[in-house]
Amino acid sequence: MSIAAEQLPAPRRFDLSARAVAAARHHLLTLFAILALVYLLLPIAVVVAFSFNDPVGRFNFTWGSFTLDNWANPFGFPDLRGAVVLSLEIAALSSIAATILGTLIALALVRYHFRGRGATNLLIFLPMASPEIVMGSSLLTLFLNYSIPLGFATILIAHIMFNISYVVVTVRARLAGHDRHLEEAAMDLFATPWATFYRVTLPLIAPGVLAAGLLAFALSVDDFVITYLVSGSDQTFPLFVWGAARVAVPPQINVIGTMVFAAALVLMFLNIAFQWRRSPKGAA
Amino acid sequence: MAVEERSETGRVTRGREVADIRLERVTKRFDDVVAVDDVSLAIERGSFFALLGPSGCGKTTTLRMIGGFEEPTGGAIFLGDADVTGLPPYKRDVNTVFQSYALFPHLSIFENVAFGLRRRGQRGDPLKRRVEEMLELVALPGLGKRKPGQLSGGQQQRVALARALVNSPQVLLLDEPLGALDLKLRKQMQLELKRIQNDVGITFVHVTHDQEEAMTMADQIAVMNAGRIEQLGSPDELYERPRTAFVASFLGASNLLRGRAAGEGVVRLEDGTEVRVPAAALAGRTGPVAVGIRPEKIRLAAGESNMLEGVIAERSYIGVSTQYIAQTGTGSITVYAQNTDHGPSGLAAGDRVTLSWSPESTFVVDALEEERR
Repeated sequence: MSIAAEQLPAPRRFDLSARAVAAARHHLLTLFAILALVYLLLPIAVVVAFSFNDPVGRFNFTWGSFTLDNWANPFGFPDLRGAVVLSLEIAALSSIAATILGTLIALALVRYHFRGRGATNLLIFLPMASPEIVMGSSLLTLFLNYSIPLGFATILIAHIMFNISYVVVTVRARLAGHDRHLEEAAMDLFATPWATFYRVTLPLIAPGVLAAGLLAFALSVDDFVITYLVSGSDQTFPLFVWGAARVAVPPQINVIGTMVFAAALVLMFLNIAFQWRRSPKGAA
Repeated sequence: MAVEERSETGRVTRGREVADIRLERVTKRFDDVVAVDDVSLAIERGSFFALLGPSGCGKTTTLRMIGGFEEPTGGAIFLGDADVTGLPPYKRDVNTVFQSYALFPHLSIFENVAFGLRRRGQRGDPLKRRVEEMLELVALPGLGKRKPGQLSGGQQQRVALARALVNSPQVLLLDEPLGALDLKLRKQMQLELKRIQNDVGITFVHVTHDQEEAMTMADQIAVMNAGRIEQLGSPDELYERPRTAFVASFLGASNLLRGRAAGEGVVRLEDGTEVRVPAAALAGRTGPVAVGIRPEKIRLAAGESNMLEGVIAERSYIGVSTQYIAQTGTGSITVYAQNTDHGPSGLAAGDRVTLSWSPESTFVVDALEEERR
């Protein structure tokens, strides 16, 4: 046996291993990419899988048996429906308000030179740079000092506040890429300032405004720290999950989570389809 | 009644005669910088007018004030008879072709061209016909459905022109519209712009820093420097009889020789040579002046009444002409000799030469201040 092994042509063996190394090198990047994706997606996969779980006991941590009950009855847990509805309401209202205000601020910052422009730039950046716990506690102090009752209004105010910064940054990036002569050209072609805004400026920044709005919505739905501090006795979905986790983790949380994830996926695919349809076919 | 009617007709006739655009003592200050300094200007109806000057001379600011994009700090602007000084751009019968074209990227070519007409309430078939007519005028028929991003630079330039012209404005403003095109396309567009201006008969005001472009296209040129108009005239007037050293050196090349006015139509140069100039060119000037001669007006031989002796210092053959630099008693003089015969001409560096030129091709400008310092 050993003789036979020694009789194998050495160069060929070398060749084989070299080829294996080359192949490994060639696919190394792919391999790492797959590992990274698995790392990112595995928790989501677990969440989705456990939404079909019929848990043993109150905590949805170990696999019992497969069931569709949770999906048939997604709000089948006390207070869950209210928390989800509140989260969606706050997210919708705060993202709309922040998008309008933030877009106007971005327009002012990019298009006009005014006293206090530098200060505004800095102040807009602050909410993104400061820790949420600091923002939340200072807002709470403010509300308490003015004896504003905590609840829907204070959550909404807080969410609009931190969302504005993100909207400004997103819209400003979009605006900066555009020729400012475009607006002059519109005015030159007899468009009033209002017509210039909705015929030229708004269509040009619309993708940025939409992106900013969606980002604001997502940030609002997701926020925990600031909301926790200013919410009083009201509960948004993240607050509900956190509160529930101490006594029970119902599989309905996974159902809602999966729904949010699915909604995000659908939006993303719609966007891809839209972009693909809009891409100039005539140019090809 | 009769009196009123007469005055009415009188005003209308005057309206036809007055300039299309009139600037009266217009000044524009940006903080501490004076961009346009007390400029008065009248532009004739139907003319092709060029504002020519180096960057920062105030030509673009002047154009933007006519368009309504900048408010003058002082003075008034008239379009025909109407004072438009405080009016926003959308209330002026003026359209602009921007340097960057500024085509709306989200609209098709058709909608870009139709933009102004739609804002003025035109709809349906007349609009469609007018836009297509205009796309034909700029030689872009059938491209209406494309987006600006799908066109070449030259095509975008034509769309920008069509978008402005389709409104039949009283005045068309062009802000360095050919600056972004390559040389060959630029030459072609210069001739085409001139043709289109002839066809439509609208007053064109064209801003450029390219003296050749201004000379090729414009009927009248205002040469601007440091916020002021140095000289206004037809291209040949500016070239043959520049009134300042700046104009002489900005439009083509010039030899400027220092001297002093020495009587009727005579200037004595620094080395004592007397040069005869047209009496009108001296225009009552006394004391230090500078005498200018274009390099191509100088002969490398005796024969004309103004003469200088010199030595050829440099010689470079550039095909259509040969350029010589001759050292004389009053400094170096550049001469362009047309290569009309076969092969390069015979003079070489070090040769002694007599330069001569006619008094008629001599001009006089004020003494060269900045060089003296």
